[in-house]
Amino acid sequence: MLDIRKRTGYLFLTVMMAQVILVSAQVQSKSGVRVLQAVALEVFSRVEFASSAVLNVTRHGWGDYVALRGVRAQNEELRRRVADLEVRLQQEHALADRSQRLQQLMDFKSQAAMPTLAAEVIAGNQDRVLRTVTIDRGSADGVLADMAVIAPGGIVGRVIGPVARHAARVQLITDRNAAAGAITERGRAGGMVVGAEANPPLRMEMVSNLTDVKAGDNVVASGADGIFPKGYLIGRVEHAERGSGLYRSITVRPGVDFASLEEVLVVLLPPRSATRDEAAK
Amino acid sequence: MKTAAVVIAIGGALALQTMLSGLMIGGTIAVNLVLVAVVYLALAYGAVTGLLAGTIGGLAQDAVAGGIVGVGGMSKTVVGFLVGVLGAQFNLSSTVPRLVMLVAATFVHEVMFEALHALVGGRPFGLQYSATLVQALVNGLVGVSAFLIVERGPEAMQRRRLQRGTFGKKRF
Repeated sequence: MLDIRKRTGYLFLTVMMAQVILVSAQVQSKSGVRVLQAVALEVFSRVEFASSAVLNVTRHGWGDYVALRGVRAQNEELRRRVADLEVRLQQEHALADRSQRLQQLMDFKSQAAMPTLAAEVIAGNQDRVLRTVTIDRGSADGVLADMAVIAPGGIVGRVIGPVARHAARVQLITDRNAAAGAITERGRAGGMVVGAEANPPLRMEMVSNLTDVKAGDNVVASGADGIFPKGYLIGRVEHAERGSGLYRSITVRPGVDFASLEEVLVVLLPPRSATRDEAAK
Repeated sequence: MKTAAVVIAIGGALALQTMLSGLMIGGTIAVNLVLVAVVYLALAYGAVTGLLAGTIGGLAQDAVAGGIVGVGGMSKTVVGFLVGVLGAQFNLSSTVPRLVMLVAATFVHEVMFEALHALVGGRPFGLQYSATLVQALVNGLVGVSAFLIVERGPEAMQRRRLQRGTFGKKRF
């Protein structure tokens, strides 16, 4: 039961409100719209705004919280998929890289004026004593001992026996027991490149102090050893100085990056010594 | 009884006000009988009757005057309500407080009436203080007179009737 004074107050407010509405219905605003319409529109727009806000809050609350019950599992699944896709992406990158390398090798092979056989490096042995790699080509593919092995960067080494049917070992030019007849491209100074346990890993020996050799000169195979094809790059002179005896002291940086050697070409020309042996027979 | 009093008071005041509409001072009607009736009813019967009387009387006056219906109604509703509330709080049975109340009610009514007109009519607030003061005094005098007539009129008439009877007996 309401207090009598409260009832009077409510009655007063009701009567006043009714008269306000009555006045509003008769009066026009500055824009020509009736005040009642304008006020009603304003009030209803506020109500609509409020209801819209409530609706949005409810909808967002539902969408942001209630509807996200399965998101944790979905998130885990998506994480797994992302990890899988990253692995696949890396595989694709590796494949593209390999394709590019093979393309370079094929280009190199087509430029080479001699029969070659593409081979893949399947194992490596980079110890200090014996620096060799194993390739996936062997006697069944026509590979013989002492055949030269080259790459787009230059001379890699030679095949050393025994040669298996489907695999062969290649002695790298950087091996300390390896040697190749060499000549500088600019000054035509002949000598012999041998492996060295140093940095850079090649040394050019038997080059007279009288010859003109400078750092940066290209060192190519001279073909005098009967193994490596003449004119193929071995490396570049990194340091050259007059030696204490008759010969200069020269270090050579190999043209091939042996750390990332994956594909090579085997020169299918038998070494000259083998040819001579066959002719003698 | 109360309803009849309200109807008679408001109706009579409105009829008289219509007749006196030519009596204006400075553009403002010199007396507002409907307002006097509202104040009287509020003092006599309380806030509810006061505000209802103010609403009815104000709306009727607005309708007759041809202006915006509701402006006078709101003004008189407020006056009726306030006078009713104050009448319940204070002793307003003597002449001077009633006069003060009528004068104050007139000022409140006129201020609110002008303010509402300015608000809804888009014109500046223009209360004529001298004319409002005159109207307040006239309303006060009329209202106090009305109170005296209503409260003491029947008693005086009865006394006169009794006096006439006594003199007649002595004469005969």
